[in-house]
Amino acid sequence: MVKNKTLSAKIFDIVLIVILCSIALTCILPLWYTLSVSLSSKSAAAAGIITLWPVDFNLTSYQQLLGDTQFFKSFWISIQRVVLGAGLNFIIVPLMAYPLSKTVKDFRGRNVIMWTVIFTMLFNGGLIPLYLTIQELNLMNSVWALVLVGGAQTIVFNIILTINFFRNLPKSLEEAALVDGAGPWYILFKLFIPLSIPVLATVTLFSIVYHWNEFLYGLIFMTREEFYPLQTYIQQLVVSIDPSQMTEDQYKRMSEMSNRTLDAAKIFIAMIPVLVVYPFLQRYFIHGITLGSVKE
Amino acid sequence: MKAKGFAKHYYLMMLPGFVWLFIFSIIPMFGIIIAFQDFNPGQGVFNSEFVGLETFKYMFQLNDTPIIFFNTMFIAIMKIIGNLIVPLVFALMLHELRYIGLKRSIQTIVYLPHFLSWVILGGVMLDIFAYQGPVNQLLGVFGVEPILFFGRADLFPFLVVGSDVWKEFGFNTIIYLAALTGINPALYEASGIDGASRMRMLWHITLPGIRTTAVLLAVLGLGNVLNAGFDQIFNLYNPLVYSTGDIIDTWVYRTGLLNLQYELATAVGLLKSVAGFILISVSYYLAYKFTNYRIF
Repeated sequence: MVKNKTLSAKIFDIVLIVILCSIALTCILPLWYTLSVSLSSKSAAAAGIITLWPVDFNLTSYQQLLGDTQFFKSFWISIQRVVLGAGLNFIIVPLMAYPLSKTVKDFRGRNVIMWTVIFTMLFNGGLIPLYLTIQELNLMNSVWALVLVGGAQTIVFNIILTINFFRNLPKSLEEAALVDGAGPWYILFKLFIPLSIPVLATVTLFSIVYHWNEFLYGLIFMTREEFYPLQTYIQQLVVSIDPSQMTEDQYKRMSEMSNRTLDAAKIFIAMIPVLVVYPFLQRYFIHGITLGSVKE
Repeated sequence: MKAKGFAKHYYLMMLPGFVWLFIFSIIPMFGIIIAFQDFNPGQGVFNSEFVGLETFKYMFQLNDTPIIFFNTMFIAIMKIIGNLIVPLVFALMLHELRYIGLKRSIQTIVYLPHFLSWVILGGVMLDIFAYQGPVNQLLGVFGVEPILFFGRADLFPFLVVGSDVWKEFGFNTIIYLAALTGINPALYEASGIDGASRMRMLWHITLPGIRTTAVLLAVLGLGNVLNAGFDQIFNLYNPLVYSTGDIIDTWVYRTGLLNLQYELATAVGLLKSVAGFILISVSYYLAYKFTNYRIF
């Protein structure tokens, strides 16, 4: 009886492991396949004989990629965008979150501003008004359009996360500082910010990933390819399609004509920065996602 | 604690962030006026002629309108359901796994796709489901004729939903896993002593333990009924699948920025924004009502 039970438990465990591992494999195989394609010869890719291992292993696509100056220009624009966007986010988030973490009793204007800020997260004027605003502001073709538009749309969520974190810090800390005669700036910079490194790391990583991955604003606010951030540049190469009529044959021919190995190399290189910060991401994002709600 | 005279410092702290949000989130909201105008870019938002609800009348006569609203909701609702159930099942399986090292490795792998952009993953998807891609090769082994997956309007919504669930299920398990670790282990021990099987524990301890989380996610999902995922569809679709794959956001992009029908695109965008705002507000309210959850 007892032996029987352990046997069925073992079978259960084995089945479970097999299922979970196969699911995990489906998450990694597509990326692995892209790497294989990028390391294969063009003819092998066109013939569709690549499976999980490169066919006619060679580095031609990566050599070709080195000659593509626009790729590196775009890469550099993306780096600028990430540094400016995440840096600004890091400065503005605690400055907004600290006053808004006060109760109405301590700060009378709090609720009006809080609801205005939340309203900007829940409602927007849509794509066209945004586009016209950027035109009016003369920010077309400027990296600041990408930094400021994308940032304004993601910062509110980061502020809310940080407010919730601030509110969960022990009240006695601030009270003690106030008794000692500390002002609000001192309390924020010497007390709250040093204690909030986990949440600030989380929102900074949110911001980095967002700015790295976002492509649409690059497409609509940059009128020339030379100003494209990397994701927009790749988007245009890999999947850009003439938005008029098209037949099945045209679609098939188009995908046959594209340089699949070179595209795969570009996709893979664009993945690398995310893979590099991934260990940090994993640690802090899990923090962040569970930090999201108000406790008590 | 008294903090008299702090208010002006609080306002000063919030000033940069508030100005940022004002210029890039609030000012564009006024651009919705275009939807009620015969907009002339030369004359600008303030001098164009008012036409009242003309554009909206025109919008409801268009054949495209019901199609894009239906496509949006069809894809979005399927995504909400898939993203609710698949991560739940996966989290329950992962919870049953007793090998901590293996559990961690699996988690590391399945979270990864969440952090990659749809530009990257769209490229990967198009490659994998290409006419000569690995999926068709695999089907070929079973004697299935190659399928032009992303050229088939009947398959497109399901490929979109499937690939979105594939990208996000790992990350979505985090919330469930957090709820699962919140279950008191003494409950399992006690029922183990009473001779309960693993299945009974799942049914009577684990599932009730995460019921609140599941309800909360379902309610919050309501706020996304009009968000079918612009980034994803924009990177996967083509004219062959417009009939089933064109959603509000992609249609607004093409109508407004490629065909330059500013008024029409703004009107449709406005309709979506208003409906979306109502849906999100209702979902937050219900979430608070049912589970006492509030994000702010």
